[in-house]
Amino acid sequence: MQKVKNKWIKIGSEVLILASLFTLVQYLITAGLLNQYYQINLTSMCINVILAVSLSLINGFTGQLSLGHAGFMAVGAYVSVIITNMLDLPFIVGILVACLAAGLAGFIIGVPTLRLKGDYLAIATLAFGEIIRVTLQNIDYVNGPAGIMGITKLTTWPWLFGGTVLTVLVIVNLVNSSYGRAIVSIREDEIASELMGINTTKYKVLAFVIGAMFAGLGGAFYAHYFYIIKPETFNFLKSFDILVMVVLGGLGSTTGAIIAAVFITALTAALQSFPAIRMILYALILVIVMIYRPQGLMGNKELSIKIFGRIWSGRNEPDGNK
Amino acid sequence: MNLMEINNLDKSFGGLSALLDFNFRIAENELVGLIGPNGAGKTTVFNLITGVYKPDRGSIMFRGENLAGLAPYTICAKGVARTFQNIRLFNDLSVLDNVKISTHKDVPYGLMSAILRTPGFFRGEEEIEKEALKYLELFNLKEKKDELAKNLPYGEQRRIEIVRALATRPLLLILDEPAAGMNPQETQELMGLIRHIRDEFNLTILLIEHDMSLVMGVCERLYVLDYGQIIAEGTPAEIRSNKRVIEAYLGEDVE
Repeated sequence: MQKVKNKWIKIGSEVLILASLFTLVQYLITAGLLNQYYQINLTSMCINVILAVSLSLINGFTGQLSLGHAGFMAVGAYVSVIITNMLDLPFIVGILVACLAAGLAGFIIGVPTLRLKGDYLAIATLAFGEIIRVTLQNIDYVNGPAGIMGITKLTTWPWLFGGTVLTVLVIVNLVNSSYGRAIVSIREDEIASELMGINTTKYKVLAFVIGAMFAGLGGAFYAHYFYIIKPETFNFLKSFDILVMVVLGGLGSTTGAIIAAVFITALTAALQSFPAIRMILYALILVIVMIYRPQGLMGNKELSIKIFGRIWSGRNEPDGNK
Repeated sequence: MNLMEINNLDKSFGGLSALLDFNFRIAENELVGLIGPNGAGKTTVFNLITGVYKPDRGSIMFRGENLAGLAPYTICAKGVARTFQNIRLFNDLSVLDNVKISTHKDVPYGLMSAILRTPGFFRGEEEIEKEALKYLELFNLKEKKDELAKNLPYGEQRRIEIVRALATRPLLLILDEPAAGMNPQETQELMGLIRHIRDEFNLTILLIEHDMSLVMGVCERLYVLDYGQIIAEGTPAEIRSNKRVIEAYLGEDVE
């Protein structure tokens, strides 16, 4: 009974924290206390969290090095804009179709490439990401390299907040289940996993498709906030940006990916005041973090309310399950 | 009744014939050993049975079904589980999770149920946990459940490999050099353990081993493999006095 009670206390406190965060930001926006600059950064943060957490499912938990995440983001962005701007359908339809389209792209790309391992998979996904970008450049319906301009700004704080929470919730719930254990066992030892009865191909594709779907969500939010999308926005450098967040946060840690996404977005924003040395500082900070925390900020551990509880109470409990 | 019957199995790697016309049978509840000098093809046999390699020719009949060419996870689902010569645990996961993964093929809830955290999910997780703990308890590893697999001593890692294979609920358990790296006393304990799990789980066991005291002490029947071919078959006593086996291990007399 105690266990059940604790579970509800935990869920209750989590809901409370999220609800107050949402209300606080919503209040700041409506009261005009959060200016345009902070709102843009907040939006970038949420989108980057969605992208990093979804990529961490593929790279961190499944252990499949994918460099094509920007490609799925592009699919989501373009499809959602076609639905909302060109077909005049509601934003929710755009988001849903964008996720499905990106997931489908993930499936089509995942089935042939996930037979490959390590470096080969990385190169294949990189190539597929580029194929998506070059294909978009050559489709006249979406204006080719010029991209689509004048996209209605539909990405508001409630959408962003809901989308981010949904992404994190789905992926955390997936990872902490029997399906998640099957996925992680592929990262640990693919042959042993297969011999213990796990259909490794199926679960690799599953992780890839779910990761791609949420990248599509990130793309849809991006397109409906920043007014313009071009194929060039979703080149492989964007994929690397997301990968840096995942590695910096720690492979196999969702909270790590979130922290790193927020940290890197804030860092990029802060460094904008020094345009000349911006990239040097950015790279330097990454190098320093990697030297002192090669396993990433969080390693493969998760940050939870329990740990804060321990710090507050000042007790040093034996190092158990975090 | 024979649980598994292998007929005319061939496997070659490039030009090298690793296994030639391999015939083998194992009855239900039997404890059979496969021995032979290094490089004789013993692990190749295991890899063929469990689907890691596809045979070039021949059949692997298991309860009336041919396993040849099936994927490893399908073979596992049909009731064949194995351990590895070089330990292959899921190193960065806890001992408990290592065992839980083996129960995944019978996962009692769906993917949506896991994502939406339905009551079925919590019930299913409880079931899985209970099942995994049951196995760990049998092997006196329950206190270690939260340790990472990689942090355990060698002997315990070997035992967890066996537990993990057992948790897939096999009919045939295949042990690849279970006593490798163990001292004589640990080997003695392992012999007792192997007999115990055979009786406790009503299993059929096939094992590869170099430690002759273990093989002779625990196996009911032996196959001897040399250069990819069976050179002898029989009870431990028969094998011990078999001339061809002695030659394979010690070399021929020069007259």
